[in-house]
Amino acid sequence: MKHLLSIEDVSREDIERICARAAAFAENHQREIKKVPALRGRTVLNLFYEASTRTRSSFELAAKRLSADVVNFSASGSSTEKGESLKDTVQTLSAHRPDAIVVRCPWAGAPALVAQWTDAAIINAGDGKHEHPTQALLDIYTLNRRLGSLDGVKIWVVGDVLHSRVARSNILGFQKMGADVTVAGPPTLLPRGIEAMGVEVRYSLDDLPAADVVYALRMQNERMQQAYLPSMREYSSLFQIDQRRLGARSLLMHPGPVNRGVELSDEVVDCAQSLILEQVAAGVVVRMAVLFELLAASRAFDPMPEHQSA
Amino acid sequence: MTRRGEQLLVRGTAAQSDLMISGAHLIDPRAGIDGLFDVIVSDGQLAEIGEPGSLTAGPDAELIDGSGFHLFPAFVDPHIHLRTPGHEHKEDIETGTRSAAAGGFCAVLAMPNTDPVVDSASVLRSLRDAARREARVPVGFLAAITVGLDGTELTSMSELRDAGAAGFTDDGMPVESAGVLRKALQYQQMSGGVLALHEEDRSLSAGGSINEGAVSAILGIDGIPSTSESTMVARDAALAGYEGGTVHMQHLSCAESVEAIREAKRLGYKVTTEVSPHHLCFTEEAVRTLDTRMKMNPPLRTELDRQALIAGLLDGTIDCIATDHAPHSAHEKEVPFEQAPMGTTGLESSFAACYTELVRGGAMSIEMLIEKMTCGGAIFGLEIPQMMIGESANLVLVDLEQQWRVGENGYESRSQNCAFGGRELYGRVLLTIADGSVAYRQRNFALSAAPDLRETTQ
Repeated sequence: MKHLLSIEDVSREDIERICARAAAFAENHQREIKKVPALRGRTVLNLFYEASTRTRSSFELAAKRLSADVVNFSASGSSTEKGESLKDTVQTLSAHRPDAIVVRCPWAGAPALVAQWTDAAIINAGDGKHEHPTQALLDIYTLNRRLGSLDGVKIWVVGDVLHSRVARSNILGFQKMGADVTVAGPPTLLPRGIEAMGVEVRYSLDDLPAADVVYALRMQNERMQQAYLPSMREYSSLFQIDQRRLGARSLLMHPGPVNRGVELSDEVVDCAQSLILEQVAAGVVVRMAVLFELLAASRAFDPMPEHQSA
Repeated sequence: MTRRGEQLLVRGTAAQSDLMISGAHLIDPRAGIDGLFDVIVSDGQLAEIGEPGSLTAGPDAELIDGSGFHLFPAFVDPHIHLRTPGHEHKEDIETGTRSAAAGGFCAVLAMPNTDPVVDSASVLRSLRDAARREARVPVGFLAAITVGLDGTELTSMSELRDAGAAGFTDDGMPVESAGVLRKALQYQQMSGGVLALHEEDRSLSAGGSINEGAVSAILGIDGIPSTSESTMVARDAALAGYEGGTVHMQHLSCAESVEAIREAKRLGYKVTTEVSPHHLCFTEEAVRTLDTRMKMNPPLRTELDRQALIAGLLDGTIDCIATDHAPHSAHEKEVPFEQAPMGTTGLESSFAACYTELVRGGAMSIEMLIEKMTCGGAIFGLEIPQMMIGESANLVLVDLEQQWRVGENGYESRSQNCAFGGRELYGRVLLTIADGSVAYRQRNFALSAAPDLRETTQ
């Protein structure tokens, strides 16, 4: 793999290889010294056009655990506010010869564009409402650890699918690993045409106990002002995952940050069926595995890279 | 009643041509011509059409060997953007009309969504003056329906008509208020001038970038439902019917709109409509790679819609093909898809795209394609180019067998944002004669026709 731009263009084998490597890194995390020298001398650049504490620090931690140097470039306060185009920004940053650029931005497809303008490996850390492939990978990794395999597993993705890049990446990723995916939520928040992704569509949670895994999405307050929902109270009464709705054998996941009392009831967040903290922990090792995959595994070792000899 | 103070089309300064094209296959469905003929153009007029070898050209006439090629009446495009004034970095009158000539067009109508908007007689006059100096093919200008395209205040439509407005449109924007459109339709009874309507309910399109459907669902890009167009088409057809006004619906994109127009025509409303080559040739599948050249308004829709548009052309529901040539500069289109401006260029690829997809694809005859590519100006009162002895020559010589890659030698347009860029198409325009003057010669054809020149350059 040269880039990680979307789950749509990675294979099941790619995903399995990354998960296996993440598992190896996770073992290492049990030790007192967690850092490994795998990417010593490499530079990872975080290019973030959206506020993101969790994803950015997860990538930063992953890169540092691999001994790479990390530079954070966030759009606020930078030249983008002076009107610099994405292309010019990328070419400017590329002049510093980063080995990988982690891109988070509000525009679908932008990481693929960035990949055309630089030699660095590009990792999509979320592009608009399109994809968030490392989230899907860490969720698959987390579920694999718990269930062994996703083949035939019934997964319900619940909530605001329309605005969720996590939903899109995860539907594609779960399906690639053999799971059956159902999406559920109010019709205003399920995109027209979603059936084409091969999912079942539900407007109620009546059959939720049949799910092996319930993946709740974050609900944002502004959806009410945009008339997607009459009220948050009505949303919660119909679609909140609580003890009553969550099947006794179902696992619960959420990409975070959780709105307690909105999409999830207080008690399910912390219950034994919840994998939410395991997802966070998986974030670092899976992102280590992705960085390793792009920067070490598929590239021949070059002791004197040409840009150092100049 | 001749209430127009000006001709609708403005002509540039090119000299009238004297030439003979020999042995080409002439097709003009309106004039009932189909066969091998020699053609003489003398002082810009179509002087003679005769059996091959039967005509003698004048001593100063240029001789053009047309054998193996086809000669049609040149095309007319009632919907292009010349981006002048205000956005000359995208296109100007000279480059835009040069692009038209390269596509085989002998006349074009430019839209008024410029900066400033063409909403006053003074802006219109200055544009027409510039066109007299720069236009490669005759060009006409539509003026805005509302001042500044803001949908509230009517422009001085009568004054604009007198200054030469070919019609009125807020193209790029819908006339959102039914009440405002109604008043424009009432005023039209006095001022004249067809109202060309960009049909879009923006509370439904809501900032979307592509068709709402399977592709928008998987890409996570806000969709534009087909109802944003079809509901406005139905509304405005009803308004036009009620007021007895004349409207032209621009760039139809979906099946429901075709159905609404079909119904309006059945009721006898004075409604015409157009479809663009990209909506006839592509579907939303072309957007999957997020190539910004495929971003236009209205968006590319489904195969079902595309088939409905073709059926509409065939049964006359859709009157003509118009490119909606919408140039944007490279730096404007080289951005993430959702940030890119809407529009594709189309003048240089229109004939080849439609010929390849529709005629070679078996959907329609070459005669019908010629009719649909020549009649669009008539909606606004322009004459339809015909091969009539004594008329000004408007001709296009094409090589139907030549396959070429769109954009392989760049574009005559100032912009490169062509949805057909890189595609292999059949049908190459070799020579365009617009209003009696040679407006375009394809480079290789021009070189091959001048063997002496070719030897000296080697």
